[in-house]
Amino acid sequence: MADVTIPVSAPPVHADEALVGPSGPRPRKVISRRNIILYGTLFVVAVYYLLPLYVMIVTSLKGMPEIRLGNIFSPPVEITFQPWVKAWAEACTGLNCEGLSRGFWNSVRITVPSVVLSIAIASVNGYALANWRFKGADVFFTILIFGAFIPYQVMLYPIVIMLREIGLYGGLYGLIIVHCIFGMPILTLLFRNYFTSLPEELFKAARVDGAGFWGIYFKIMLPMSLPIFVVAVILQVTGIWNDFLFGVVYTRPDYYPMTVQLNNIVNSVQGVKEYNVNMAATLLTGLVPLIVYFISGKLFVRGIAAGAVKG
Amino acid sequence: MHEARRPNPLFRNLSAKIAAIPMILTALVVFAGGTIWTIIYSFTNSRLLPRENFVGLDQYERLWSSSKWIISIQNLLIYGVCLLVFSLVVGFLLAALLDQKIRFENTFRTIFLYPFALSFIVTGLVWQWILNPQFGVEGIVRSLGWTSFSFDPLYNADIVIYGILIAALWQSTGLIMCLMLAGLRGIDEDIWKAARVDGIPMWKTYAFIVIPMMRPVFITTLVIIASGIVKVYDLVVAQTGGGPGIASEVPAKYVYDAMFLSQNLGQGFAASTMMLLTVLIVLIPWAYLEFGGKKRG
Amino acid sequence: MRYRLLTAAFAATAALNIAGPLQAAELEVTHWWTSGGEAAAVAEFAKAFDASGHKWIDGAIAGSGGTARPIMISRITGGDPMGATQFNHGRQAEELVEAGLMRDLTDIAEEGKWREVVHPSSLLDSCTLDGKIYCVPVNIHSQQWLWLSNAAFEKAGVPVPTNWEEYAAAAPALEEAGIIPLAVGQQPWQTTLAFQVLLTAIAGPDAYTKIFGEKDADLAAGEELAKVFEAAAQARSMSAKSNVQDWNQATNMVITGQAAGQIMGDWAQGEFQVAGQVAGEDYTCLPGLGVNEVIMTGGDAFYFPVLDDEEKSAAQADLAKLMLSPEVQVAFNLKKGSLPVRGDVDLEAANDCMKKGLEILAQGNIIQSPDQLMSADSLTQINDLFVEFFNNTSITAEDAQKRFVDLVANAD
Repeated sequence: MADVTIPVSAPPVHADEALVGPSGPRPRKVISRRNIILYGTLFVVAVYYLLPLYVMIVTSLKGMPEIRLGNIFSPPVEITFQPWVKAWAEACTGLNCEGLSRGFWNSVRITVPSVVLSIAIASVNGYALANWRFKGADVFFTILIFGAFIPYQVMLYPIVIMLREIGLYGGLYGLIIVHCIFGMPILTLLFRNYFTSLPEELFKAARVDGAGFWGIYFKIMLPMSLPIFVVAVILQVTGIWNDFLFGVVYTRPDYYPMTVQLNNIVNSVQGVKEYNVNMAATLLTGLVPLIVYFISGKLFVRGIAAGAVKG
Repeated sequence: MHEARRPNPLFRNLSAKIAAIPMILTALVVFAGGTIWTIIYSFTNSRLLPRENFVGLDQYERLWSSSKWIISIQNLLIYGVCLLVFSLVVGFLLAALLDQKIRFENTFRTIFLYPFALSFIVTGLVWQWILNPQFGVEGIVRSLGWTSFSFDPLYNADIVIYGILIAALWQSTGLIMCLMLAGLRGIDEDIWKAARVDGIPMWKTYAFIVIPMMRPVFITTLVIIASGIVKVYDLVVAQTGGGPGIASEVPAKYVYDAMFLSQNLGQGFAASTMMLLTVLIVLIPWAYLEFGGKKRG
Repeated sequence: MRYRLLTAAFAATAALNIAGPLQAAELEVTHWWTSGGEAAAVAEFAKAFDASGHKWIDGAIAGSGGTARPIMISRITGGDPMGATQFNHGRQAEELVEAGLMRDLTDIAEEGKWREVVHPSSLLDSCTLDGKIYCVPVNIHSQQWLWLSNAAFEKAGVPVPTNWEEYAAAAPALEEAGIIPLAVGQQPWQTTLAFQVLLTAIAGPDAYTKIFGEKDADLAAGEELAKVFEAAAQARSMSAKSNVQDWNQATNMVITGQAAGQIMGDWAQGEFQVAGQVAGEDYTCLPGLGVNEVIMTGGDAFYFPVLDDEEKSAAQADLAKLMLSPEVQVAFNLKKGSLPVRGDVDLEAANDCMKKGLEILAQGNIIQSPDQLMSADSLTQINDLFVEFFNNTSITAEDAQKRFVDLVANAD
């Protein structure tokens, strides 16, 4: 797969340092037509992306009478934080009037191990598939990719039976395993394809130096793959944090994640719909993935800077 | 490829094989096993509980005579093609823009990505509002004096699927952009430098050098988008509930509704078997090309 | 008032304690009552149960059938069932009962004389399979309501109608005044609801029961049903300009006078109350569309999976008894806004519309809900047809009726 690098296989020229400059496709001037177009475009797109967020925030700060008036874009006449307080601490689901806060730690307890374990397994899978292919690996891999297309709902009952047979039904570990299973197809593909797109020479050089399976994984592959790890974290944190179906089907109420409360607040069909609380609850639930996006985004640095090649 | 192609295959690569055990188990037991289970029960008349009461092809006959299923498939086709094209193009363009060593990259990236973090239920609701003719975009444009302006995708059975597409694009392009960006960041700096030295224009560098090098990342992205398309369910439920009428039904919703709303597991399994069969028809040739086509070394 | 009810509930459970064994157990209860009023209503159950010395572990999950079913089935087949669960009664739980997964409550029912106290008794019938009772009905919700905005009719210069025909006749005048005659949310379940209400009201309760219960295809092809489909076609054109999704947005259109009316269940009343409107003054309610004043005895029920644990089984029995005790029934249903399943309790706090409902109930003008009569699968097919018809003006009333007849003939 890395065979497409031929057109540029000419040795890179380092002679002229001035030409290299900051490492983008082109050198950068502070104000130029190009920059205006660039930032202009990004700004316009950002506005489109932010519009629904604006609607949500504005709505979450309004009282219900104001929402009934019907202009979704108008800023709140009277700002109230009550919906946020209610969503976090007061909204009732059945007996428990503790809002979203109730399931927060359960969600953390589910998300952290599931994310770590699923990414660890999948990255090693991907690495083995990309660099240490063994006989039959392709078949398993194809089945795995096929698994990415199976609607979750269809697999609910067979997995209940499997978990029951290994005695993990109803607990936290069972749920973590389920998350690893359903994360595996996409993640494995992600890592496998990223590792195959890395220059083969790196791997070969390390083999010549006598490094083994794990040595190469930890010393060469891991440091060079931060951007793809970030993508994997984004995928998994979002998917697992927002999961609702697996959380309720494979565990007991003691382990119910935060999304169960979110669902209960947002999804009630009969009775009065409190849109402001719904919006606040959604934003609150989304905060954790958002913080992860922002912090882990710093790792999105250029992966293969010339320095990394030497390692 | 690589060293793995050397002789003495059983103990070569032992660590790799051990490391791959979870994958092998998942593939064989869960996915292959579960699929076979599903197919077997699609020939039964299971209602609420899975039961071995075989009825032949009854479930399939009913499936294909259902106008809801036919509409679901048509919708999936339109939705799939549009989402695939637009999210790839937009995702790549955004990634390329962010890759220009710009300031505030982290902020912009988070802005494009944040929709991905929000629950579908409320995302659907917000887009419902924005696309509502009365108090959404149409109302605002009209109040600006453009009274003949009409934009009510969610309320028009002919174009409702595009209304869902707008929200889907908003929700998913951020992730595609991140994938593309990760791919771009995997491209060796030296390649850009070399291209610059050779005086190759930027668009040509992207089109003929960078994109071909990113082929594996594109494949990943393609699979992620495609699997998302096949499984699209929540967004439709949140935005339209399948309406107006049955105009925005999709196959995954058909499966879910059959299994858990109308309590007809057999019908749900038959529908999902059809979905999986279609996936297989696409996947097997791809796997052949990917693995069978180039036995190197 | 509320305080007195509460103490009454406590007293009742204290009495239960004396009767039953005093072993306390934790019981997990799954239900889908999560909105404000619903949660408050469930709390009445829980309070009474906790007061009896047991502990109620709450497993609230919003989203009825589609969400609850996978959870129930998984928990039961996974070998870890909950102590009690809400479920639509009627045909939907049949299989679980047949598979021996649900507890037989007949002893408890005989002891508590449920046959005598539960009114209407058809509620108990739908809990019964082969002469044994498997669930506890707890309330009655009715869908057969037409809510009208008095202000809208005033603006259009027509009197507030008293039945469907007058209403349909007023549609042109309403439209001229810039008012949408009928508000219907776009979500399919709302169309289904409106259609079923039209069917029961216009064809009458007998025809309804014959068609859904006995699957009488000849009747379905007859003239009475033709009228229903014509009325539905009228409703279709009356609601052509209605462009909201959620049911409460549609209700809001009636509240603000943008729309003249809405066909919706009794829960819509909550919205009118929140908006400070008064029944009879600001809005009018017509049960059974004013044509046939019937209400459906749909409602909620609780099932009890078979458990190995003896203490928990005893707690199940206590909970079952308690749910039907008069005090808990009153406390629960006042919060829930639904009608109690016992005829012998007094609901003085009910408002005008609720009282109309109680009256109809007392007269016995009741029908069974379709999911008590027909399998969920057949019902879904029929509902799909309604939805398609309602949203596709190219399907004529005759075509729709023909397809309806086919579905009824093949239903089970």
